[in-house]
Amino acid sequence: MIDRVINSRGFDSFDLRFIGLIVAILGIGVLSIYSVTHDQDTAFPFYAKQVVWILLGAVAFLVMWLSDYHRIARLAYPAYAIILVLLAVVLFEGKSSRGAQRWIPMGPFAFQPSEFAKLVLILTLAHYYSKAPRVGWLQRVVLPGLLVFPGLLLILKQPDLGSGLSFLAVYAAMLLMVGMRSKALGVILLFSLMLFPFAWEAMWGSLHDYQRQRIMAFVDPTYDTGGKGYHALQSRIAIGAGELTGKGLYGGTQSQLKFLPEGHTDFVFSVFAEEWGFLGVLALLLLFVALIWLSLEIVSRAKDRLGALLAVGITCMLSFCIVVNIGMTAGMFPIVGIPLPLMSYGGSATVMTLASLGLLLNVKRRRLSFL
Amino acid sequence: MATAGLHDSELGELQRRLVILRVGLLLVVALLGLRLWHLQIREGPYYRDLSENNRTRSVIMEPARGLIYDRNGVLLANNVPSFTLYVSLEDVKDRNVLIEQLTNLLGLDPVFVRKKIMAKGSKQLPRKVKDRLSLREATLIESHRLDMPGVMVQVESQRNYPGGVTASHLLGYVGEVSPEQLERPEFSDLHQGSIVGQYGVEKFFDRFVRGQAGQKSIEVDAVGHEKRTVVVEQPHAGDNLYLTIDVRLQKVAENLLGDESGAIVALDPRTGDVLAMASRPGFDPNILSRELTPKQWAEIVQNEGRPLNNRASQGQYPPGSVFKVMMAAAALETNTVTPATTIHCNGGYQFGRRLYHDWKAGGHGSVDLRRALVQSCDVYFYTVGQRMGIETMASFAHQFGLGEETEIELPSERIGIIPSAAWKLKAKNEPWLPGETISASIGQGYVNVTPLQMASLIGTVANDGVTFRPRLVQAVMDRATGELQARPTVPKRTLKLRPEILPLIKEALAGVVKEGTATRAKSALITIAGKTGTAQTTALGKDKKAEKDIPKKFRDHAWFVAFAPVDAPTIAVAVLGEHMGHGGSAAAPLAKELIETYVKLMPPLSASATNGMVARDGDAGGQGPR
Repeated sequence: MIDRVINSRGFDSFDLRFIGLIVAILGIGVLSIYSVTHDQDTAFPFYAKQVVWILLGAVAFLVMWLSDYHRIARLAYPAYAIILVLLAVVLFEGKSSRGAQRWIPMGPFAFQPSEFAKLVLILTLAHYYSKAPRVGWLQRVVLPGLLVFPGLLLILKQPDLGSGLSFLAVYAAMLLMVGMRSKALGVILLFSLMLFPFAWEAMWGSLHDYQRQRIMAFVDPTYDTGGKGYHALQSRIAIGAGELTGKGLYGGTQSQLKFLPEGHTDFVFSVFAEEWGFLGVLALLLLFVALIWLSLEIVSRAKDRLGALLAVGITCMLSFCIVVNIGMTAGMFPIVGIPLPLMSYGGSATVMTLASLGLLLNVKRRRLSFL
Repeated sequence: MATAGLHDSELGELQRRLVILRVGLLLVVALLGLRLWHLQIREGPYYRDLSENNRTRSVIMEPARGLIYDRNGVLLANNVPSFTLYVSLEDVKDRNVLIEQLTNLLGLDPVFVRKKIMAKGSKQLPRKVKDRLSLREATLIESHRLDMPGVMVQVESQRNYPGGVTASHLLGYVGEVSPEQLERPEFSDLHQGSIVGQYGVEKFFDRFVRGQAGQKSIEVDAVGHEKRTVVVEQPHAGDNLYLTIDVRLQKVAENLLGDESGAIVALDPRTGDVLAMASRPGFDPNILSRELTPKQWAEIVQNEGRPLNNRASQGQYPPGSVFKVMMAAAALETNTVTPATTIHCNGGYQFGRRLYHDWKAGGHGSVDLRRALVQSCDVYFYTVGQRMGIETMASFAHQFGLGEETEIELPSERIGIIPSAAWKLKAKNEPWLPGETISASIGQGYVNVTPLQMASLIGTVANDGVTFRPRLVQAVMDRATGELQARPTVPKRTLKLRPEILPLIKEALAGVVKEGTATRAKSALITIAGKTGTAQTTALGKDKKAEKDIPKKFRDHAWFVAFAPVDAPTIAVAVLGEHMGHGGSAAAPLAKELIETYVKLMPPLSASATNGMVARDGDAGGQGPR
């Protein structure tokens, strides 16, 4: 009853800011995808498809926003089971692209279970930790670890290093936020997680080229197939060439002339950086930071553990993807296939991200309902 | 809700920990911002350059060479479109793989392809690998382009000589500038793959005909496809040349020689204009202008007929009795003889222990100068030469342009040999022997001349002593402006002879054709004057074998020089037939035929031939394929 009353108030200025930021970033994403693919000859070019994904994602957003997240969390275990099955199906029946088998064909489209697995994992872990007080190493670390493990394994088998890392990041973040009694340990681990990209770079930089290539080929053979860091270099060139003010819309020769592959997906940030320059990049970073800031605001004001855990999981996952994606396009660490949330082209990722943000806003709505 | 309440303290702690996330987030974003600032601001210009290099390629646009016409505007050399294969090194991933691909696709020699691709030069400029691709080859490459990034097929103009072998030595041929040439200053604005004249007029007038290469910057995508042209510096076509030759006369001259080796030169004595200059055997400049394999090249160079030798300006032969024209003038000028002086010829001239034969066994009896020329009496000139001495002979020979360049505008002209005591000391490190003067006085021994020098000599006589520098190009047309620039005729020298001498000699030379050794040159169309020559190639003392019994390569060279018409000469001709025997029987008829052709083509009364050329300028301008 109370819910309905509160709902009738509609959304407040916080919601407006939150959704405004999402729409702004989505808009920048579509614009960048349009810039790269506008001269495509197909009847249904990427930017148009992306708009469809966004509309689909908007529906998912509304559903996740307006349902009761407790009810959603209750479906976590079965959902996780289904995801595991789908991840297994992908390995046998999936569609391959660039050497990786990540998609399940669905008519003209393809569905990427590993994207949805991230959200389901957050739900699962949040549900697990909030259902009962979890005490001791076994309950706090090992058991959830066993939950994470099969999914992680199936994802790495595809192989999809990016999603695998996101999986681990979600687990680590949740673990740290709920589990560790020792603040010191928590701080250290959290920092090491945050600084992982930079630590990686130092480590990675000390290796010989051929060692790196072997490691990369072992971990993720799909990337940098051209060899010799072509992809990373072209991405750095694209970003650097943007200089202060950028080359302007359609002016990004790196992506327009296809020197930079995957300009509409994982490297959409490079496209944006080349065409809009450092000023554009700063603006975009500010939008992302503002979005995460609002997300953290939701965490800090969550009224129960489940809500807080869901919110922190989603926030950490998105932050991780944003930081790792931009970091890899800027050549700070190796290229792993992580799309830039809300900007990279991709149906599953877009719908999943919007669903996650809807769930996040749901946590905030729940809190308000008790005021 | 009770469950949630149980964990309120934990919730509070979780929320307090958020500060760590906030700080961490700001830290990481700051690091990202710093990195992006480094890339875009500090190193921005560097990456901007890299991105420009990524997308733009310099492509050289070869200029169309100037067209070459004969004096009547008949096209002798033009350009036809052809496919040229270039490789842009910047786009090549693996050179070895590419070399293998090209080798397999076009059936080329891998060593050749490697040499072309690895040629020195700026990395920005594409390397020319092969020209004159067939349509099939070009299509083959285009269809495999995606597998071979960096490979480009350009349409370029290719030199073409519609007349094939006609005037090949005059026109010359073109070829890629060689690495050695590239190091010389006159080729400094060229690049690997540039086409330059390598022989003949193409070489001598290369700076006119060459034109100036243009350059276009094209924007390419990642697989090297041309997207659009960014900057164009248009190539400038080379200037057109109008030669002095009449290609109809040229063809007749070449056909007259047929399969024999030799040369025919026809000049207009009044201007020095080269009307025809034939050398046989010839070559097809279309073939030589292509990229030849070392084997093909060796075949041409080692060919016994030496087809690349322009016998007219580079072939050196003893002049034989033609030398007597000069000798007669020298003898009169030095008062060694008067026109009335007679010398008795009994068929031989005794000097020391040696007897120098006359060509006519039994001799000519008592001969004066005119008769000595008409009958080509050797003994008369042995005597005259002996009286004058070699130094006097040499100095007059030089006046007639022998032993010197005619300054014709062709590369590598030879000057022959006019011997003297000083020359022999220098060349052979031996003193001059008196007997050698006797051989030299009938144009044998060390004396060597080119057919062009002979034509110039007889032209000088015909033109009353004034030598004109042979002129091959009468006008150059700037293709951009259409401006026609005439090249001057250059009077080079006037013989220092008393005025009565040349008319005497001219009359005697007319007698040679009328009643002397060259009656076979007598024409019903025009009066011809001339002098025969039979240059011995083996030792002087010969045993009068029947000519057909002597192997060809030991037979005499046949000479005939002539001018016509006798009273107001408009054409001077020199014919040399290698190993063709007697000048009177082998060479004189050829000269006659050529002169008659000339008469038919250009009646002596017609206006200056240049009119024809000027009339055709309109359609000649800017013709090339571009």
